[in-house]
Amino acid sequence: MQSHPPSEPHGISRRGFLSVSASLAAATPLVVRSAEAAAPAADAQDPDAAAEVFFSINNQPYRLSLDVRTTLLDALRDHAGLTGTKKGCDHGQCGACTVLVDGKRVLSCMTFAVMQDGAEVTTVEGLAAPDGTLHPMQQAFIDNDAFQCGYCTPGQIMSAIACVNEGNADTDADIREYMSGNLCRCAAYPNIVAAIRQARDEIRRA
Amino acid sequence: MRPFAYERAQSAEAALGAVSGTSADAGQPTRAEAQYIAGGTNMTDYMKLGVARPAKLIDVNRLQDPALRRIEFDDSGLRFGALVRMSEAEKHPDVKRRLPVIAQSLMLAASPQIRNMASLAGNVLQRTRCEYFREITWPCNKREPGSGCSALDGVNRQHAVLGVSDACIATYHGDFAQALIALDASLELVGGRGRRSIPFAELHRLPGDTPHIETALSPDEMITAIVVQAPPWAARSTYLKIRDRQSYAFSLASAAVALDMDGDTVREARVALGGLATVPWRAREAEAALQGKRLDEDTARAAAGAAFADARPREHNAFKIALGQETLVRALIETRDMEI
Repeated sequence: MQSHPPSEPHGISRRGFLSVSASLAAATPLVVRSAEAAAPAADAQDPDAAAEVFFSINNQPYRLSLDVRTTLLDALRDHAGLTGTKKGCDHGQCGACTVLVDGKRVLSCMTFAVMQDGAEVTTVEGLAAPDGTLHPMQQAFIDNDAFQCGYCTPGQIMSAIACVNEGNADTDADIREYMSGNLCRCAAYPNIVAAIRQARDEIRRA
Repeated sequence: MRPFAYERAQSAEAALGAVSGTSADAGQPTRAEAQYIAGGTNMTDYMKLGVARPAKLIDVNRLQDPALRRIEFDDSGLRFGALVRMSEAEKHPDVKRRLPVIAQSLMLAASPQIRNMASLAGNVLQRTRCEYFREITWPCNKREPGSGCSALDGVNRQHAVLGVSDACIATYHGDFAQALIALDASLELVGGRGRRSIPFAELHRLPGDTPHIETALSPDEMITAIVVQAPPWAARSTYLKIRDRQSYAFSLASAAVALDMDGDTVREARVALGGLATVPWRAREAEAALQGKRLDEDTARAAAGAAFADARPREHNAFKIALGQETLVRALIETRDMEI
């Protein structure tokens, strides 16, 4: 950033933000406001001006004031305070940053947040039920020991949910092919396939 | 990353207007100050690396013309709107049935996440992943004209053996483009001078002495549609891709094949090769070698030999000649044996 010194984008620390957001009931609309002056939405003719971006993240409305260079990944992690989505390579090669945008899996590192204005984003934080019951895919990853270090796991889980929803998890070969965009340096692949198999059957029964 | 102005265009005319007045850098679209962005999977990567440095990004994802998001088909062929995503085209039942080589080339091209994001027009305009092009501290004639080619005597295992020059051996890595060039596709374009149509084969330029000039587009032009003829025999078509790992990698060698057969005899063959050349590569010598012949292992091998007669390997990529030939032979036999 050349013109904007690094600053807390909300005027509050991430930790403070997290404690505030955690204390809000899940149904309460949460609007994150920037400490920076409001900027024109969508178009930013001045490269140094911030852009206002509105989107829904895990069914909560967010308004963020962002440098247009901010990727969706950095917006989620550094501006919305949702650090469940991980930055691996930051170049579209590893899949750690996978989230759902309007129900489809995408790489949040490969798109500018301003391009997703109006989108519905789902991250790993949005999967569990309000009472804390894990999503069947999250539970299946635990049941099958489908990770070691866990860094790729949020991306694996988001990608796996999409893989099942797309109908591309019928066979182990399909699962392997359609999960090939998510790398696991611990090589937990056999257990990831087993977890997806388990969750697939549970999701289909439900 | 260089700061940029961001504009969201609602119409092609507005997008063209946003480009006008910006520096075009001597007619090289890839170096123009204003760049269109759709899926962004290539552009964001190269902006982070400093390879692409636009002063203005024009987001074309919300252009309102619904034809840009549509796959239309009639008796003669298919028309893909420029903003159709790879994953939408690959699972379209008419694409799978009438032009399997296209569906397969898309399916094998990238991860599901990237295929959900990347537009078809952006895909054909993707830029090389030559390691020396990607890393801005190395000399590269494509990135910095006249600076030299680091790949010629560098680590060039991934590099091209066909269509190379003394200035550049960077591989064109796309898969979809191989299916398009094999099927004589055409492109619909819009620009400041109006609308025009060009054969897909004229989109990409051989590197020659000017590897920085990559396409025949003017800086303000954008692709609005990709049109592919779909004669009944094109249902007999295949895309075979050979990689270092089973999935989600660029090809070391690939072949797009479509065959018009009269019994065992080839009436007409369409052959393109990927991962081996500097541009999407139509192997017309292989096609000529097959025409009117009975397609068997021997004639397939002769055609594969013809395809690589002019290959120019460097230190680490000579293996691609044998690999490319074997890939083509297998693709020809598998396509012959398809039941349609």
